[in-house]
Amino acid sequence: MNHSLVNWFKFASPASFYPLAGRLIPFFTAAAVLLLAAGLWLGLLVAPTDAQQGEGYRIIFVHVPASWMSMFIYCVMAFWAALGLSFNTRLSGMMTSALAPTGALFAFLSLWTGALWGKPMWGAWWVWDARLTSQLILFFLYLGFIALQAAIDDPRRADKAGAILALVGVVNVPIIYFSVQWWNTLHQGASVSMTKAPSMAHTMLLGMLLMALAFWAYTIAVALMRVRCIILERELTSEWVKKNAME
Amino acid sequence: MQWNSLSDFLAMGGYAFYVWGSFGACALGMVIEIVILKQRRRAIMARLSRKELSQ
Repeated sequence: MNHSLVNWFKFASPASFYPLAGRLIPFFTAAAVLLLAAGLWLGLLVAPTDAQQGEGYRIIFVHVPASWMSMFIYCVMAFWAALGLSFNTRLSGMMTSALAPTGALFAFLSLWTGALWGKPMWGAWWVWDARLTSQLILFFLYLGFIALQAAIDDPRRADKAGAILALVGVVNVPIIYFSVQWWNTLHQGASVSMTKAPSMAHTMLLGMLLMALAFWAYTIAVALMRVRCIILERELTSEWVKKNAME
Repeated sequence: MQWNSLSDFLAMGGYAFYVWGSFGACALGMVIEIVILKQRRRAIMARLSRKELSQ
């Protein structure tokens, strides 16, 4: 049998993933703190004033990373959901559940910072525009996932039901992403694209990317902390928890 | 550096409410999430040590 395959399946067991996650958390926490400090320094202190929006544009340094993360986390949840449904691994369902609250937080922050940006620039906290509406649906998908899992007592059945919701809901992510192209929206187009040179000043772009990486590291650290809680809660009676988890 | 003084920085060119409302909400959300997780872990550890004592 392929050696690397054996290794991956070893970490698919909650008992062996638990200590690995514990070792990874300090690393991602440190990365998040450093990236956050650098991103805030660039975004708030170094980046120049925007010609059109003055200092109000600085909301971009939290709005865009939060929005990216909210979409990306949902894709990762769908990935774990697909893995859990195909291989029936317990850890996959735990990872999906561990990511959902953080995804919901970022979806909420995306809407919140968007409202605070929309009011001074468009004159409205909210418009029923394709981008905003599809992002609101993403927030509700997160809440629906959490509510669905909370409503089912058996964790394995909750994992299966949640996985199906995660997989069905993931079609919304490309809709959000391409909404600014498919429909005539008030929301501006993509700030960073794969095909065009960025339209922003270098320090603005770099600040935004650092903040995005910081949110990334934060998400990984927090999701690992939460998955460790979920593992312990579900396996409280097993031998390995009694022996090892108290450390 | 873009700012002449601290009050200049805090005023954010008249957008203080919107900019700090955004950054503040993000900071608050992240801090609350971490506090909730720490409490959750502490509760599990308390349950574990109670079980240990009862055995």
